Amino acid sequence: MSLTLLVEQILNGMQFGVTLFLTASGLTLVFGVMGLINLAHGSLFMVGAFAAAATAAATGSFLLALAASIAAAAAAGAIIEVGVIRRLYARDHLDQVLATFALILIFSEGTRWLFGSFPLYLSIPDALAGPVTLPGGIRYPLYRLMTIGVGLVIALGLYLLITRTRLGIRIRAGEADREIVAALGVDISRLYTVVFALGAALAGLAGALVGAIQSVQVGMGEPVLILAFVVIVIGGIGSIRGSLVGAILVGLTDTLGRFLLPGFFRLFMDNSAATSVGSALASMLIYVLMATILIWRPTGLYGARA
Amino acid sequence: MKTRNLLLAACAAALIAGSAAAEAVKVGMITTLSGGGASLGVAIRDGFMLAVKQAGAKDLEVIVEDDQRKPDIAVQLADRMIQSDKVDILTGIVWSNLAMAVVPAATAQGKFYISPNAGPSALAGKGCHKNYFNAAWQNDNLHEAAGAYANQAGYKKSFIMAPNYPAGVDALNGYKRFYKGELAGEVFTKLGQKDYASEIAQIRASGADSVFFFLPGGMGIAFLKQYAQSGVDIPLIGPAFSFDQDILQAVGDAALGVRNTSQWNKDLDNPANKAFVEAFVAEYGRLPSLYASQGYDTANLILSAMAKADVKDADAFRAALEAADFDSVRGAFKFGPNHHPIQNIYVREVIKEGDVYTNKTIGVALENHADAYAKDCKM
Repeated sequence: MSLTLLVEQILNGMQFGVTLFLTASGLTLVFGVMGLINLAHGSLFMVGAFAAAATAAATGSFLLALAASIAAAAAAGAIIEVGVIRRLYARDHLDQVLATFALILIFSEGTRWLFGSFPLYLSIPDALAGPVTLPGGIRYPLYRLMTIGVGLVIALGLYLLITRTRLGIRIRAGEADREIVAALGVDISRLYTVVFALGAALAGLAGALVGAIQSVQVGMGEPVLILAFVVIVIGGIGSIRGSLVGAILVGLTDTLGRFLLPGFFRLFMDNSAATSVGSALASMLIYVLMATILIWRPTGLYGARA
Repeated sequence: MKTRNLLLAACAAALIAGSAAAEAVKVGMITTLSGGGASLGVAIRDGFMLAVKQAGAKDLEVIVEDDQRKPDIAVQLADRMIQSDKVDILTGIVWSNLAMAVVPAATAQGKFYISPNAGPSALAGKGCHKNYFNAAWQNDNLHEAAGAYANQAGYKKSFIMAPNYPAGVDALNGYKRFYKGELAGEVFTKLGQKDYASEIAQIRASGADSVFFFLPGGMGIAFLKQYAQSGVDIPLIGPAFSFDQDILQAVGDAALGVRNTSQWNKDLDNPANKAFVEAFVAEYGRLPSLYASQGYDTANLILSAMAKADVKDADAFRAALEAADFDSVRGAFKFGPNHHPIQNIYVREVIKEGDVYTNKTIGVALENHADAYAKDCKM
């Protein structure tokens, strides 16, 4: 194993983590501010990807496709917040899980009804295609580097939004005490719609960015949702900083685990046994990580609530 | 069409005799029509229904239900179809794990099961059953053909990769059964994994001269797109499952030139296939996929048996199925002793025809290929 391969795998882990952050940050925002478990978050990820694919097919522009993914997911988010989610804040988590699970089914079948059963085409623009050579002779896809950059910029933007703006103050206040904020004259239900649409827009953008190098198909959001939950539990529910750290931890653990574990077992096992034991263990690794962190810090890395 | 004429003749004879065709044959189709795997089930259903429509068979009733790719739902549907709907024949299941949940129970109750897709090794060897037929392939077949093709192409150092689940393990074993060179690496990915950056980095570092991968559906789309972006240009080989007509459009240029193995392609030169492709395009407005061809053949197999025997006479109907007296769209087709196909498996290359990505047949990987489990089957 060479050093360049290791560095490349670390970059891969970073990139995976950053895309996870985009989905997880919206989820943690919604859960932190509104106390709502939104299983349909993965569906908003899918909405973003489909909107991007349809726009790219119609216009040929990747930038327009990204804009469309943000707009479509934010609109879908705002609609379901006003139509469905709003009725769930006062209910317990079981009702929220049931209702948002129903939304997953509605979104999936609705998307199939609109776009058909077959996967859609969405590819990266030519300007970002192909690999670039990094210092040290590492050849790395340009698009993945750009994804890391976009993710970090959005992380910074969210941080500034939450800590430096009036909206951010309201979001933090709403998280702390909903009634008092309402009593102080803030339109809390509009605030919730805005936060929900913001979370949805982030998920939609992630769907478009990821859809361009993966596959745009019905059901693409569900696996992402599970990982996003792992990330926010590790990071501490409600914490944007936690979701960034959690996402990068999960990305690195998963990528390096898949890469290093089979090799580790090969030191004292025959090849095919090492491959299967290593792969099996690697796929559990992020859950082991989650359990370990929860033992050490039951509220997650940056979790405030007990 | 021969089948059609036969069938009409059979119907006419039955009407005159006024006896045998009193009741319609009922076929229960359990397949995946919603969720992520729906494109396969839709293709199988469309192919099947096209054959039924072409035959104009009044004495064949098809009940189609969606299993949502869930074994428990497939089992419930099968129970209901057998007990309430009183079907004679079951078919349609796409996935091996669902087939394992449904097929043994259905055949034990005396029903016929004709598989249009899944061919798990457990049902081809010791677990074979006289009422179970597979009209597509045994799971290992296309992977074995990929191994054989790698030898033909002179590859000596393959990197091989599949998801870590039973069909993935079968895939790598199938490849290794025929491939004679050494392995540059062997990797099991997570089932449903969509990011292959880590594996691609390993491929780059491995010094392989070829990459064999089995990543069906969305996993394959993701891998191919990322592989094309990585700048690694080691040739890829795979079974047809990542290159079927319905997903190639989503992969685009990234799939161009990739060699893949299949028992069928739209350019196979036989009259049945030409008629099928033409009729499919006319009916559905898209080119048929490999799964659609399997659905179509499954229906024609059933229709051919119906023309010869009454389904209530299980022994006669079974003998009629075993004869496989229909014009398969893949050309020569017959059943081996374990009711799995003996057929040619071809090598195809992904090309672009106008705006459409599709496959071109470029050679034969294995001729009259039978599966490796037939010898364990005692029925």
